[in-house]
Amino acid sequence: MPKIHVTTTVNGGETEFLCEAHHTLLSVLRDTLGLTGTKEGCGSGDCGACSVNMNGRVVCACLVLAPEAEGATIETVEGLAGEAGMHPVQRAFIETAALQCGFCTPGFMVAAKDLLARNPDPSETEIRYWLAGNLCRCTGYDKIVRAVQKAAREPGRHART
Amino acid sequence: MQYFRPTTLEDAVAHLRAHGPGVTILAGGTDLVVQIRAGLRAPEAVMDIKRIAPLSEITRTEEGGWRIGAAVSGAEISAHAGLCADWPGLVEGVGLIGSMQVQSRATPVGNLCNASPAADSVPAMIAAGATVYVLGPNGMRKIPVEEVAQGPGKTSLRAGELVTSVTLPRRAARSADAYLRFTPRAEMDIAVAGAAVNLTLDDSGRCTFARVALGAVAPKALLVPEAGAALVGTMLESDALRRMAAAVTAACAPIDDKRGTATYRTAIAPVLARRAVALAQTRAAA
Repeated sequence: MPKIHVTTTVNGGETEFLCEAHHTLLSVLRDTLGLTGTKEGCGSGDCGACSVNMNGRVVCACLVLAPEAEGATIETVEGLAGEAGMHPVQRAFIETAALQCGFCTPGFMVAAKDLLARNPDPSETEIRYWLAGNLCRCTGYDKIVRAVQKAAREPGRHART
Repeated sequence: MQYFRPTTLEDAVAHLRAHGPGVTILAGGTDLVVQIRAGLRAPEAVMDIKRIAPLSEITRTEEGGWRIGAAVSGAEISAHAGLCADWPGLVEGVGLIGSMQVQSRATPVGNLCNASPAADSVPAMIAAGATVYVLGPNGMRKIPVEEVAQGPGKTSLRAGELVTSVTLPRRAARSADAYLRFTPRAEMDIAVAGAAVNLTLDDSGRCTFARVALGAVAPKALLVPEAGAALVGTMLESDALRRMAAAVTAACAPIDDKRGTATYRTAIAPVLARRAVALAQTRAAA
């Protein structure tokens, strides 16, 4: 079976890759493009560890077939920090110690950045619902919610949204 | 596995004709990709319909209702002011499917065609009286939404057919719908039971039209005509609600599984239906 040639934009740069039809965007990001910040947890869309932003919406990369990325704009956790340093969500996760093992953290941060871009002042309930598709088995979620609240309070949080 | 990405309906039909039952339609992929990865399905080819422009649109029908293309995601529906105003129950059913990430991709038409008895958008589409447009080798046919699912994972769609859209009828004044489900977890869970109600009131508050549909209490989502009939002509007073609830109980034919027992599902479905009537009534009167 001939491989499929895909041209896409990942973290602001035009990227090309070859894949087979059954490959997922997650496997291409990690194994072909070396972007291993995006994690595979469940592989069935339940845990959110593979959350990436695709064409302006957060998706589970494990549920996207790689050829679907043709012409898409994708941002992974590697794209959160810019020349000015870490994204406010990243800083807030560090400052509130909102992680333990860290496996779920990239997915949470990608999802939280999108929440704050859409809703700069979310309530705790809105944060918890928005992040319901991201599972964390370490923290009990409380510090993660506090981190998102902290990032929401930070001036300049929209600088790279 | 091959991957096709047609940009016109004509090309889509040609792929379906060429590859027959070996081609599976990919919209949001939130069920299909999981099934492929779990080895439950091994299609020879998937056909991605998201680049077919008319399938990605929410438009007005000539009759003044709404047409939702087969590739429209839950997130797009929840963000659509017209659908939120006319069909809040359908929007809440769609919005209960999976997480925010799943909402970014999952489509109500996919929810329908996956034919899970617990599909959250389907009871609301049935209560709404939605019509499904199906394109096949012999052209377009349309069927009532309740005739699509036949049982778990089974539909009445034939090989070579593609659902292009679902339409919702024009809204009469003082009409509203509601969908409620019971789940142990508020988000990211699958309905133990669900109930959708769509009704119209007259100026005095009397119910002039009602449809009641249930999810997760039978092999497929059910329209319960007797439950709707129990409401029509009434002020939705307690006697009418009791008759409606009895019709709901009588329609339940659930299974025991890890989410709930048949006894529990049968007990909770009429409770959800009563609450959905109250919610739809409040919305319709507002």
